[in-house]
Amino acid sequence: MKDRIIEIINKYNGDSARLMDILHDIQAISGYVDKATIAILADKLNLSAAQIKETVSFYHFYSDKPLAKVNIYLNDSVTANMNGRKEVLNAFEEACGIKIGGVTTDGNIGLFSTSCIGMNDQEPAAIINDKVFTCLTPYRAKQIINGLKQGQQVEELMVEACGDGNNALPVINAMVYNNIRRKGALLNHDYPLFTVIKDILPNTSAEEIIDIVSESNIRGRGGAGFPSGLKWKFGSRAKGEHRYIICNADEGEPGTFKDRVLLTEYPEMVFEGMVTAGYAVGADVGLLYLRYEYKYLLAYLNGVLENMRKINYLGQSIAGIVDFDFDIRIQLGAGAYICGEESALIESLEGKRGEPRDKPPFPVEKGYLNLPTVVNNVETLATVVKIIKNGAAWYNQLGNKDSVGTKLLSISGDCRFPGIFEVEWGLKISDILDMCGADEVQAIQVGGPSGALIGEKDFKRELSYSDLPTGGSMIVFNKNRDLLTEVVLNFMNFFIEESCGTCSTCRNMPYVLRGKLLKVINGRGVKTDIEDMVNWANLLKVSRCGLGQTAANPIVSSIRNFRHLYDALVQKEIEYDSGFSLEASVLESCKAVRRQPLFHHNA
Amino acid sequence: MEKKIIATTSLAGCFGCHMSVLDIDERILDLIELVEFNKSPVDDIKTFTKPVDIGIIEGGCCNSENVEVLRSFRKNCKILISLGECAIMGGLPALRNGIPIEECLNEAYINGPTVGLNTQHILPNDDELPMLLDKVYPCHEIVKIDYYLPGCPPRADLIWDALVALITGSKLDLPYEVIKFD
Repeated sequence: MKDRIIEIINKYNGDSARLMDILHDIQAISGYVDKATIAILADKLNLSAAQIKETVSFYHFYSDKPLAKVNIYLNDSVTANMNGRKEVLNAFEEACGIKIGGVTTDGNIGLFSTSCIGMNDQEPAAIINDKVFTCLTPYRAKQIINGLKQGQQVEELMVEACGDGNNALPVINAMVYNNIRRKGALLNHDYPLFTVIKDILPNTSAEEIIDIVSESNIRGRGGAGFPSGLKWKFGSRAKGEHRYIICNADEGEPGTFKDRVLLTEYPEMVFEGMVTAGYAVGADVGLLYLRYEYKYLLAYLNGVLENMRKINYLGQSIAGIVDFDFDIRIQLGAGAYICGEESALIESLEGKRGEPRDKPPFPVEKGYLNLPTVVNNVETLATVVKIIKNGAAWYNQLGNKDSVGTKLLSISGDCRFPGIFEVEWGLKISDILDMCGADEVQAIQVGGPSGALIGEKDFKRELSYSDLPTGGSMIVFNKNRDLLTEVVLNFMNFFIEESCGTCSTCRNMPYVLRGKLLKVINGRGVKTDIEDMVNWANLLKVSRCGLGQTAANPIVSSIRNFRHLYDALVQKEIEYDSGFSLEASVLESCKAVRRQPLFHHNA
Repeated sequence: MEKKIIATTSLAGCFGCHMSVLDIDERILDLIELVEFNKSPVDDIKTFTKPVDIGIIEGGCCNSENVEVLRSFRKNCKILISLGECAIMGGLPALRNGIPIEECLNEAYINGPTVGLNTQHILPNDDELPMLLDKVYPCHEIVKIDYYLPGCPPRADLIWDALVALITGSKLDLPYEVIKFD
């Protein structure tokens, strides 16, 4: 085994920044990363064993304990639960004879929970040995387990038909559907691939490219909305031996799946966007950080890159432009929502725990390996290509004054047409609901758990950076949904699970707030609990990154917009109830020492 | 002005906060002019003998007796103050939170390196003993607490200023240094 580990380390030139890849390769052979392996890695990579352990323990998809031969990761997102996850889970548990989080005694099947895997429009979904299984039912769950028990391979258990579009390509072979419902400026197939690299970059200076992007007024499509032209300008002016372009494809915000579709159907445009950014900023390396959940796209995407190299759209002197050398590498993540935050993503790219950095300095000055780095969203990069081709004026006609252009929405939940909709900014929420076939709507979550839960009175509001910003996630809830238990509680569980733990505020406060929420849901809440939640949530704003700062949003925005749901649950006749039960809290110790609980009720 | 009645207790604490009360030094003579102590270790009165204005709680709750004492304080006092880290957050005793209680008991009474004489491997279970709670609770998770005075222990000046403000109804000045510890 030692030889094989050293072989793997040598494959990556003993570069400790490639630890993520090294761990992936080791797991592929042995299924987990044991103590002995960690010692070898520490020795050869010149790191401490603690540093390796830090990375191994941080990500969902690395393990320091042996896993099963087949590992089922069942998605635990809101929409999965809305679409019958519980029944599917029961069927899995029953068929395997284990509870979630366990492994069968023969070591063949492991059953685990995981955060949103980007399949919100085809839930409940699971990842089984890196293959995505969508639209699961209890019947399918039993069928899968029975098949595995009879020795069938995971591939054989996928359904006969593949998904639509490129999902059916042999190199992808996934049962995932794109569900593209509405196309616009970005998705319309009116762009001859590589026109920008081939015809425009050779005749245009880097400054001119940045000017076009600036004049187009496009803002980052990941959610934060930083002006992309400005980011490129900062990147091009920052000093450093190398500069880097990073494409952030760690699409982890529950409810978004647009990057998955772009990477499936429009990967050339995404990569072309990276090349264009590299040209404009003066970078020589591009890195696409692909979330582990989309690993099924990896071979396909590497194939696209290989083709681009063959036709000299990657490599040395691209498209004949003297001295323009640029290549792209895909870095596979290992399961961590926080890595969608750009500085956490960079830490992860360097092989470390995905913990956000203190800012400033921003990545444009000190990013990957402390060198100037421009991090852009998948959608931004694909869009930029069309902007360069058609001009800034063309793009400025789209959208509204505050927010120019179009946005890909990932719509899911209680609607007839879940999927991808490309819309111009400025569209009203009510129009969006009509468009996706949503009736009897109680609420819609705009921008994922870190966004806002809004109700009917806000349906006239418009999508825009100043009014209702969104990274694209829209989850619809109809009037039958119990918003507090089905939605808000699920989102709080999500934030607690995904906090990196660096800031004490984010490590503790969501936990405290969830306790309050549960108290209200369980009928022990009082009016002050509601006020406490709103006030205490403010503490989170001192957290280092967006996850911490927005971790209370599910509670705060539901209190703001659905106060009546909370009011209906709290006790009216008393002013204070801590929710504490002496009887319940002594049970465990009495059992341990073998005595009967005894209470002095006159106290 | 009529004297305010004060009661104090130490639950799962180390009495350090009570020591800090004594650290107000000669001002204790001024305090006696302002207040009368009822149930408190300071004067060793064991039970409430009259309604109390201000109850001061040191320590969190680790067992059923702590809970009963705290509840009796809530019942008999108009205002309750959590004094110090343990009352406010559980403090050092709360280090056991997260460790299964049976494991804690086994370590303390059976397996620990200092256990010598417990040859019969008995875990204390007499009905006279308070029952341990599943974890150590801060006071406000049991009853309503009106004010919190942080510190380990809270500085004598903070205790003095807070009591004077509460008794005289004046505004309490809380400079940053008094409540910021790290």
